[in-house]
Amino acid sequence: MLEIADLECVRGDRRLFSGLTFSLKPGELLHLHGHNGSGKTTLMRAICGLIQPTAGKVRWKGESIRQLGEEFSRDLVYIGHKNGIKDDLNGVENLRIGCVLEGVSITDRQAWEALEQMGLRGHEDLPTRVLSQGQKRRVAMARLLVNRAQLWILDEPFTALDLAAVDFLQSVIRSHVEDGGMVILTTHQEVSLTRGQVKQLQLGWKEDGNV
Amino acid sequence: MFEVFRTIVRRDLTLAVRRRSDVFTTLFFFIIVVSLFPLGIGPEMNTLRLIAPGVVWVAALLASMLALERLFSVDFEDGTLEQMLLTPQPVTLLVLGKVTAHWLVTGLPLVLMAPLLGLQYDLSTEALGVLLLSLLLGTPALSLIGAIGAALTLGLRGGGVLVSLLVLPLCIPVLIFGAGAVEANVSGLGEQGHLSMLGAILLLSLVLAPVATAAALRISAE
Repeated sequence: MLEIADLECVRGDRRLFSGLTFSLKPGELLHLHGHNGSGKTTLMRAICGLIQPTAGKVRWKGESIRQLGEEFSRDLVYIGHKNGIKDDLNGVENLRIGCVLEGVSITDRQAWEALEQMGLRGHEDLPTRVLSQGQKRRVAMARLLVNRAQLWILDEPFTALDLAAVDFLQSVIRSHVEDGGMVILTTHQEVSLTRGQVKQLQLGWKEDGNV
Repeated sequence: MFEVFRTIVRRDLTLAVRRRSDVFTTLFFFIIVVSLFPLGIGPEMNTLRLIAPGVVWVAALLASMLALERLFSVDFEDGTLEQMLLTPQPVTLLVLGKVTAHWLVTGLPLVLMAPLLGLQYDLSTEALGVLLLSLLLGTPALSLIGAIGAALTLGLRGGGVLVSLLVLPLCIPVLIFGAGAVEANVSGLGEQGHLSMLGAILLLSLVLAPVATAAALRISAE
């Protein structure tokens, strides 16, 4: 279980949010709302541990992520605005290197299959430099297919993707949640995932964030 | 653990092979600087022999500074660095892998090229051997120490100048003992002491620099 307790983040000299408290249980999806600059990305990065919050704690399975360190990283996939793929490597290389670093072992075959599922058939062995923005995003998202981490934190996962890819990605996210995973995502697009049985969190500078 | 280290090294080497121009910049800089001195000073053998260790070592130092800027900045820009910080691997190990690859690409060619360039300065075979050995011990230390500066200045504008300012003072002992080893050999004093000091600096930086670099990367990634 992920618990956020009394979290406060300050960027520059503006307080983005304070006293933010919520928790996320297995099988739950949290959709972050908020206008541009309301601190969605900052909150996600703080949960990942990339940003040190000004105050408050992020706890994973009852322990602070500061203490857990690499243990927590094992359970986490974060895909941010930047795709985190190397332009000069091809999709398969990107995926395989990413997996070794994450401590997941996959075969070449699995990497090819994951990319093919993401709709990159025929582009698996091209340097990602020559791919379009949407295709690069697909390469980045292919990590979700081969990773077994429980917590996914996705910052605008649907940007640059076409409708088919958005549909596919939604089904991947949905089945992850149904299998007891946890997902935190932001998106400005209205997609079926973001309606219905999901937790919503509104960030804004007028009121302090609350669930 | 070793698998991760190997993957990082291989990844960075592959990237370097696919972006060859970056690799050659450092090497050409080194070759040009070292080759220009004999042309500028003239064929005065005694003078050349006297300045050889200093010139080669200063050129090696500046060349390794030149290469530092790209050590982490490319990974920082495309977001792969952020991903590396979020992997369940010790960051020091990732740093060590990246620095190793960086040295293989920018440091090792200098070391191998140095004896050839040293010929222009009329150094004896023995002195050339000492030059090679001193660079072999010294340049990895330069890469390791430089990595701290590169990590600290990540994402800053004009980071290149700042790296030099931060790192050069730390590199001066390497320069002194590196050039000193060759000088000591030329003057017949024996180079053992200097080389031992270089070895000690290398070991010390091997232990401490990755830790400092990892901490600096965490700060810069915020």
